[in-house]
Amino acid sequence: MNEVTITVNGVPETHQVEPRMLLVHFLRELCGLTGTNVGCDTTQCGCCTVHLDGRAVKSCTLLAVQADGSEVATIEGLGTSDRLHPMQESFREHHALQCGYCTSGMVMQGIDVVRSGIGHDERAVREALEGNLCRCTGYQNIVDAIMDVARNAPDSCGDGSVR
Amino acid sequence: MNLPDFKYERPQNLDAALELLRGNPQARVLAGGQTLIPALKQRLDRPSVLIDLRAIAELRGIEVSSTHVSVGAMTRHAEIAAHADIGMAIPALRHLASGIAHPQVRNMGTIGGSIANNDPAADYPAAVVGLDATVETTKRRIPADAFFTGLFETALEPEELVLRVHFRVPRRAGYHKIANQASGYVTVGCFIAAFDGQIRVAVNGAGPCVFRQADFEAALRANWSPDAIRDLKQDPATMNEDMHASKRYRAHLVAVAAARALNMAAGGLEMEKA
Ligand SMILES: Cc1cc2nc3c(=O)[nH]c(=O)nc-3n(C[C@H](O)[C@H](O)[C@H](O)COP(=O)(O)OP(=O)(O)OC[C@H]3O[C@@H](n4cnc5c(N)ncnc54)[C@H](O)[C@@H]3O)c2cc1C
Ligand code: FES
Ligand code: FES
Repeated sequence: MNEVTITVNGVPETHQVEPRMLLVHFLRELCGLTGTNVGCDTTQCGCCTVHLDGRAVKSCTLLAVQADGSEVATIEGLGTSDRLHPMQESFREHHALQCGYCTSGMVMQGIDVVRSGIGHDERAVREALEGNLCRCTGYQNIVDAIMDVARNAPDSCGDGSVR
Repeated sequence: MNLPDFKYERPQNLDAALELLRGNPQARVLAGGQTLIPALKQRLDRPSVLIDLRAIAELRGIEVSSTHVSVGAMTRHAEIAAHADIGMAIPALRHLASGIAHPQVRNMGTIGGSIANNDPAADYPAAVVGLDATVETTKRRIPADAFFTGLFETALEPEELVLRVHFRVPRRAGYHKIANQASGYVTVGCFIAAFDGQIRVAVNGAGPCVFRQADFEAALRANWSPDAIRDLKQDPATMNEDMHASKRYRAHLVAVAAARALNMAAGGLEMEKA
């Protein structure tokens, strides 16, 4: 067992873990944060997307021990049911989800897209969603939702500098 | 999916990493993990210990001069894709990095991990060979032409690590891959670079290992134009064959990828440099 401290949504989380534990299981099982989903477990679908030190990564393809000492942001850290993050609000506005399984990953990736400064370019947005699969929406409304935030609330996604 | 059990170490410098590797054939170094972790899930490997390279400063950093672009082994694909000076010096290299997989993989995956792994469907080997790079390791400097030795095989010895990759800055260069639609991995790719007095044509994805296409090189040396390679054919005999593409189709794609890479080298992206 290794002792690991990861700052999750601003709160230090210290746990004893086996080195083989994936970050997504650390988040779901040890932190109780079940908003991050596992879809494929093979780095394809993007359901498990979180931010590691400010950049979108797939938490099914990262060991918790690798994130020791780092900051991780998950969907739970963005807003509350009463005060949604502008990206969440935009997904609601644009009907960018149906079953919702992909949504937490899409929202986290969407924030990374706007933060990278490419959110005004539809082609770049679509390319940046290559690692996020949605079986329901057909993507159009997801792209609209992300581009809306890029236009109207880009600052809500941070400035693109890697912490 | 549970991974097999292993220990984890995060050495703070290169010497400490090499010390952990010494006399330990079941140890593996961990870079971005974007190949190694999926491989462990599939039980393709059973390491006793993973030695994470992320804290080692000696493996980081990008330097761009008028003659070389030099990147540390732990440089992430996303860093090269976003690097303005690399974009000026070798636009085709930046273009290649920005087309690897998708953003989340590019935010973790590293050039050192990619070339050490030498997947026939990986992108970087084409740039390393096409740009006549030198791979600096913990033991020596290996020219690109001697680095990639076969399917998932390189000249790296046990306990030898990639430190940096030094790319030569060409006069012009272009890269084009015909990608697998789902993964982004290379079905067939081609990197073409023109140096003073030398043309290099590196083909990836097509065969078991990246290779230089000598016929295309000779033709372009004689005549730097699409006409020179229009009627050239790749021999299908040495091509890979899998569910994605037959030998014959891959051989056909070599010519297609070469024509498109040449187009980029001749104009396209290279315009950015002017
Ligand atoms: C869904 C998906 C799609 C992908 N698509 C593409 C694609 O389109 N094109 C492409 O090129 N790649 C693709 N990849 C692979 C990706 O680029 C990997 O990041 C890369 O191949 C390996 O780099 P890594 O840093 O993740 O290495 P790791 O997975 O950490 O390591 C890979 C191997 O290299 C060894 N190693 C690592 N660093 C060193 C070093 N410095 N010296 C010696 N040995 C070392 C490790 O021990 C291990 O054996 C894809 C991966 C995924 C999961
Ligand atoms: S669960 Fe991680 S990419 Fe699908
Ligand atoms: S909303 Fe159902 S998978 Fe995207």
